[in-house]
Amino acid sequence: MYMVLVGGGNVGLNLAKRLVNQGHELLLMEKDSRTAARIAEQIGEENVMVGDGCEMLTQKDAGFGRADVVVAVTGEDEDNMVICQMAKMVWNVERVLARVNDPDHEEIFRKIGIDETVSATGIIYALLEQQISPDVVLPIGALARGNLEVVEVELGNRSPIAGHKVRDLTLPPSTNLIWVLRGDQGLAVNGDLDLQVGDMVVAVVPRDHADELRETFVATKA
Amino acid sequence: MKVVIFGCGRTGSTLGLQLSTRGHDVTIIEQNPPALRRLGDHHNCRIVIGSGLDADVLQDAGIEHADVFFALTRGDNTNLMAAQIVKMTYHTPKVCIKVADPLRADAYRKLGYFCITPSALTAGMMRDWITEQEYGTVDIYNELPKEMVL
Repeated sequence: MYMVLVGGGNVGLNLAKRLVNQGHELLLMEKDSRTAARIAEQIGEENVMVGDGCEMLTQKDAGFGRADVVVAVTGEDEDNMVICQMAKMVWNVERVLARVNDPDHEEIFRKIGIDETVSATGIIYALLEQQISPDVVLPIGALARGNLEVVEVELGNRSPIAGHKVRDLTLPPSTNLIWVLRGDQGLAVNGDLDLQVGDMVVAVVPRDHADELRETFVATKA
Repeated sequence: MKVVIFGCGRTGSTLGLQLSTRGHDVTIIEQNPPALRRLGDHHNCRIVIGSGLDADVLQDAGIEHADVFFALTRGDNTNLMAAQIVKMTYHTPKVCIKVADPLRADAYRKLGYFCITPSALTAGMMRDWITEQEYGTVDIYNELPKEMVL
């Protein structure tokens, strides 16, 4: 599998290190030659290229045409967007992934067909938000292609579904419970399973229905 | 006509002044206030300070009622992203993007965006001037020399 990473900041460098260690064929593109030289010392010269990943000529030299994956992790959303769009429409790259720095931009990435995005700000915001709400609904990953989210819900003392069987729950449409963690035991979900206070339930839910799921699983504030 | 221009550089300021003196309602979005000096002291353009990638700024500029949006900053990618936000989110009827890189412009033209590449227009007009041809159209000037195409 051939991967091209664009952007040699902290995200790009650390991602590249791990991928190279796992033995992937990888090229990291970085505009600034001094930054690129520093990176080359860490991941090997053959895995680094100096150049603007938004330029079609540079993309050609980097082998976008045979890349299986292109990952755009520069600090600029507009650059990441153009890199991914060009990878898809000019080079027919199967899979593209973009870092989105401003969470407000996630929507436009989706609208133009860049389905896989990662927003550190969004994730940290979700974590902070979770700190201030008594019960936990943590999106541990957005299955953006299907507009799905994986959510992890801990059933607190006031959870209206604790004490009920799975089959008696009314779930939002297209929602699936994946597993239940009780203490240090993972339980397979079936209709007979009795849910208890303290259970950690992991579910896949359509993005639009995440709030509804929160209401079903977590007691709404009195 | 209600016009929103993102970028008060040489192109944006010239276009803004030309359209406003012709009676059009022009709003210019610019991130860097000193750039507004290009408009002189007596212009009729409305100014919004900020980035055209920001939904709040676009709305302040009245994008929801605009007939046309011009993305004219010096950043090709900034222009391409702003234009796509405007097209997809606000459905502005006409969108024009300045894209300096002719290959990138060509790629987005294939997606249906109206992209102007200043270097291609300049070269084409110079060619027609020196070979004493009649001046052509944007589409003619946009055609890339075949050596340039990948």
